[in-house]
This record gives sequence, structure tokens and C-alpha cells, in this order.
Amino acid sequence: MLRKVQTFWQLLRRLSGDDAYERYIAHFAEHHQHEGIHVCEKPLTKKAFFKKRQDERWNGINRCC
Amino acid sequence: MHKLFSKIIWLLIALLGASAVGGIAVNRGESINALWFITAALSVYAIAYRFYAAWVTTTVLVVDPTRATPAERLDNGRDFVPTNKWIVFGHHFAAIAGPGPLVGPTLAAQFGYLPGTLWILFGAVLGGCVQDMVMLFLSTRRNAKSLGQMARDELGPLGGTAALIGTFAIMIILIAVLGLVVVNAMKHSAWATSTIAATIPVAMIVGIYMRHFRPGQVLEATALGVILLLLSVFGGGWIDRDEFFRLWFDCDGLFLAWWVMAYGLAAAILPVWLLLAPRDYLSTFMKMGTITLLAVAIIMLQPEVKMPAITRFIDGTGPIFGGKLFPFVFITIACGAISGFHSLIASGTTPKLLTNERDILMIGYGGMLLESFVAIMAMIAATVLDPGVFFAINSPAGVVGKEAINAVATISSWGFPVTVTQMQALADQMGEATLFARTGGAPSLAVGMASLFGSAFGETLLALWYHFAIMFEAVFILTTLDAGTRVGRFMLQDMLGNIWPKMAETSWLPSVIFSSFLVVSGWGYFLYIGVIDPNGGVNILWPLFGIANQMLAAIALCVATGILIKSGQLKYAWVTGMPLLWLIIITSTAAWEKISSNDLRIGFFSAANDLSIKLSVGVLPPEKADIAPQLIFNLHLDAWLTLFFVALLWLIVFDMLRICGRYLAGKPVPPSSEAKHQLSRLTEDWVRD
Repeated sequence: MLRKVQTFWQLLRRLSGDDAYERYIAHFAEHHQHEGIHVCEKPLTKKAFFKKRQDERWNGINRCC
Repeated sequence: MHKLFSKIIWLLIALLGASAVGGIAVNRGESINALWFITAALSVYAIAYRFYAAWVTTTVLVVDPTRATPAERLDNGRDFVPTNKWIVFGHHFAAIAGPGPLVGPTLAAQFGYLPGTLWILFGAVLGGCVQDMVMLFLSTRRNAKSLGQMARDELGPLGGTAALIGTFAIMIILIAVLGLVVVNAMKHSAWATSTIAATIPVAMIVGIYMRHFRPGQVLEATALGVILLLLSVFGGGWIDRDEFFRLWFDCDGLFLAWWVMAYGLAAAILPVWLLLAPRDYLSTFMKMGTITLLAVAIIMLQPEVKMPAITRFIDGTGPIFGGKLFPFVFITIACGAISGFHSLIASGTTPKLLTNERDILMIGYGGMLLESFVAIMAMIAATVLDPGVFFAINSPAGVVGKEAINAVATISSWGFPVTVTQMQALADQMGEATLFARTGGAPSLAVGMASLFGSAFGETLLALWYHFAIMFEAVFILTTLDAGTRVGRFMLQDMLGNIWPKMAETSWLPSVIFSSFLVVSGWGYFLYIGVIDPNGGVNILWPLFGIANQMLAAIALCVATGILIKSGQLKYAWVTGMPLLWLIIITSTAAWEKISSNDLRIGFFSAANDLSIKLSVGVLPPEKADIAPQLIFNLHLDAWLTLFFVALLWLIVFDMLRICGRYLAGKPVPPSSEAKHQLSRLTEDWVRD
């Protein structure tokens, strides 16, 4: 039962974009920090990330009739 | 053994579906249970999904699960992200499901429940779902390019331009008609108006919360917003009962129309985080929740559908909109069966999240099946009302008479008995002053939903349920309205940028204000005319929207058919060619009738002539004579607009045929813009979800 609630909670967070920043950080760690050397830039802050994400999302058609 | 078992199961589903469809088709009794509709729909969907759609993906499109999708190849952790298929399904469905499948079936119910229901089922499985799925596939193979870009690359500049203009035109008409639906729902209803007005500050509070107070805490903010929205439904009831505040929100249509325009302008100019994005979060939650609630209520209650299978109005004399069953039932249902607008989501937006081509079946085809199911539920909600009540709510005063006594006499004389006391009692229950001539579909849907919710979850709260339903419709109609205005602004800025490059800068304020103003004036004009039109405006605007929407679908199917033939799949080109042919037939016939018909309620030109003759002879009452010149101008404009849509459609059809002819004759054609095959490195357990 608890597992099911947990899965549902994960799904809800995922669908609503609640966990988007955590996933972004995970993606960043995976692709930008090769062999522990500090490369290129730092990840965006949470606020900047959501700002950028929102602006990108609302630049095109994403709602219908 | 297992195979045999599965065959038997599918045979049973086929038999069940056939008898349910047959049952609703031949029933001529007093009423029919709504469960028949649900059974027919689910079996038709299951068979179509398992057999037809699966065959299209494997044999016609040849999806390749080993091929890397744009989400994998261009993964940037922000907009291109390989995502779990259920999540993509959720996003895709939230994006395609709008007010269209709720309004269309409600209006089309004037022909009876049968024609609309059949088209919602079969139009979706053979047309709409195929269109969505094929566009999703083609765009996934082309780095998530949009419909316009694909049309330009694969057919040539003509196709690209036609797709762009078509998209822009449909947006303007769509927003106007949706604006009209909201205005009609708010007209002289202090409860509805104050509740809908309250959704704006609620959205702003949520926006500020998400941006500055607790950045990115989407769920927290949404929960807060949903609570505030529900409170605003209660608060509206309080305002409605208060002598003083009531007057503030008891407004006439024109005044509300100006406010809707002002709102649209503000929403297009203000930063997205303040109004647009938070409103969208809220409307998505409300939409999903209410649709689920509706499904639960219908299955729990198993209500009786009281509308006859077919009404006398198939002859074209219907009060809600003029025109015969063919082609107007197809034009009116629109989004619930096949929607051109979906091709804009299926190309460009959804492919950026798709992890594997294998999921195209479920997301593209399945997403539209669910949308079609929403349309079936809207049809049920409209037809469980007494037919007399349904027509009293939806018939404009210009057709049945302004006084309640005249309206019930006319409607009863059609064979749909209804009385003034019955309508007044219903209005009192719903907490409205009157329910006569509340055109646009939203009020009658809300009455249907309120009576369903009321019987399922508590009869005493009918007025609350009614205004909850109105709020739910208004919230996501306004979301489409402001998102559409904003997209229209971007498209216009892009076009103007070709003349003066500075106009294309989306952050240059003069350009932002100027182009937003142009877009709002575009739809605002049609909204204004719709509000002053004594026949309610919906009867003109909805068919125009239907024609535009089906035309956009035809453009998408043209691109799809052209690409199929160019990639050597001529023998399967009928998969998209057949719905394309049907759309060409219905849009061309509908457009021809709207232009040339002598019936005043169908033909634009004949209505304009009739009005100008009456005006010159001086037989019009003074209040009608004042607005007659505007109505005449508008009828001419609508006629030319219709002609333009059809011309655009035929232009792109011929362009597609030209390209296909050249290809089949071995002459050079624009090369395929498909991205090179790259092996997917993602395996099931690797996907981040």
C-alpha cells in the first residue's frame, strides 16, 4: 500500500513538473562533470532554471482547443 | 492455448461493441441508458487500437524501437528530455484536450444523439487518431519539427505558407468563439461572473508563490490555487445573494466582451509566470479532475438519455445552428472526432519528450481516443437533459422569441414539451436568474453536469455544482484564450519581422504591444459581432471555426500523405488519404453551402442581402436597424473568409498531388528531411523516471 502511494506521489510530481529541478541537476551531474574535473559552467539555480524552463515552454503552441 | 483464449476475448469484445453500436443506432424508444454509449465507445476504441492502429504503426509507418528519438539525441535536460511514456501521455493529453470536445457535441445534439455519437466514434478511430499518431511519428523522425516546417521541407514553400496562415486564422476564430462561450455563460449572472473574475487574482497569487516565495514548488502552489478556486465558487454564491455586490457583477454581454478583450491583451503582454503559466497549472488540474469526476458520475448513475436518436432538425431547420445533417454534423463535432489543432501539438511539442518510437501508438493514437471519450461524455451530459429543456437553454432569442412564453410555445410546438415553470424551477435550483437562450453550450453542459454530479454526490448542492462546472469550463477556455493570443502574437511578430526585422524581437516592448493589440483586435472583432448578433453569434462562429479546424486537419493529412507516397508507401497512402478525402468533401461542401445557400440561416450572402433589403425598405425595428450595417459587413467578411479557407485547402491539396505526381513520374522532388538513423542507447531500465 505504502509503495503504491509512493509511486502515485512520484507520478504526480513528475506530471506536474514538481521534481523538474532535481532531474535537471541529475542530468547536469551526469553530462557536465566528467571524471570529477570541474568543467564548463555551473548548473542554473532553482529560480533561474524554472524561469528558463517556463519561458521556453510558453514560446510555442502547447494548448489546444 | 493462450492464443486461442485471446482470440475468444477479442471476438467477445467485437460482438459486444457491435451490439452496443447497433443498440444505440436502432433504438427508437422513449429513452436509452447511457451505459450503452460507454460500452459502444470502449469496445470500438479497443478493437481499433489493438488491430487497426497497431497495424498502421508496424506496417505503414514502420516504427523502429532501436532508433534514437530526438529526446535522446538532443537531450538537454530542459525541453528535450527522454521521459516515461505515461508522463508523456499525460502531457500530450493535457495539451490536446480543450473546450472543443465539450462544446461541439453539445451543439450537435440538436440532430439527436445518434449522428454525433457515430461520428465521434468512427471519425476518431479512422481519422483523428490516425492524424495525431502520424504527425507525431513524422515529427519524431524530423528532430521534432513543427507542421509548418515539415510542410515547407517536404512539399515546398507554398505548403509551408499555407500551414502558417491556416494556423493563424484558426487561432483567431477559435479564440473569438471561445470568448463568446465564456461571455454567454457570464451574461447577467453575478455568481458566474464573480467566480470567473476571481480566477485571475487566484492565478496571480499562485504565480507569485511559484516564482518568488517558493520557486518551483509546483504542487504546493497548485494545491493552494485549487483551494482558492473552490472558495471562489462559494464566494460567488455569497456575492450573488448580496444586494450590493450583486450589481457589480451583473453585467451585459457587451461590457463583458470588452473585459475579455482587455484580459486577453494583458495576458499576452504580462510575463508568463504571473498569469499564463499558473493559470495553466490550475486549469490542467481542474480539467483532469472534473473529467474523471464526470466519468465516475456517469458510470455510477447510468443515467437515461432522453434525446431522440434523430430529431427533425436533420433537415437543416435546427434552432442552434442552421444547416443539414450533412455536412454540418461533421463541422460541428470538430475536435471530438478530428482536430487539425492537434497536429500542432503532435509535431514540435510532444516529440521532444518521446523516449522510444514504440510509444507513438499509445501516445498519439491513445491520446486522441481519450479525447474522443471526453466528447462522448459531453454528448451524454447534453442528452440526459429533457430535450425541451436542452432546446430552451440553447436556442437563441432571435429564433424562438425573446419572451419566455413565446420560447416555450415554439419549442413545445416542435414536439419537445417544456413549460415556463419548469425552466424557472431549474434556474432557481441552479442559482441563475434565467436559463432561457443561454447559447454557446457551456450553460447547458453545466446544467447536465450539475444534475449528474448532484444525483451522484449530493442533490442539495445543485447551484454549487452548476457554478463549479461553469468555473471549470471558463478556467480552461480562458487558458486557451490567453495562450492562443500569446502564440498568435509570436506568429505575427515573426511575420512582421520579414518586413522590419526589429518587429521580430519578442522582448521589444513596442512590437509586443503592437502585435498583441493586432491579434486581440482580430478575435475581438468577431467576439464583438457575436455578442451584438440577435441570433447569438455562436451559430455563425462555430461553423466557421469547424471549417477552419477541419481545414487545418486536411493540411496535416496532406503533408502526411505526401510524405508516405514520397517514402515509397503508395499502396498504404489510403491510411491518411481516406480521411483526407473525407475532410476535403465535408469542408468544401460546408463552405459551398455557407457561401451559396439561399437559406437565410445558412448562406452568408443571402442573409446579408435579406438584411440590406429589409434595412432599405425600413421594416427593421430600430434597435436592429442600428446594428444592421455592421451585421451585413460581417456576413460579407465571413463569406470571403470561408472562401479563403477553401481556396487555401485546395491549393495545398494540388501542391501535394503535384509533388506526388512528380515523384511517381521519377522527376526530382524535395528530398526527405528525415534525420539519419542512430542506434538508441537507452534501454528500458536506463530511462530516468
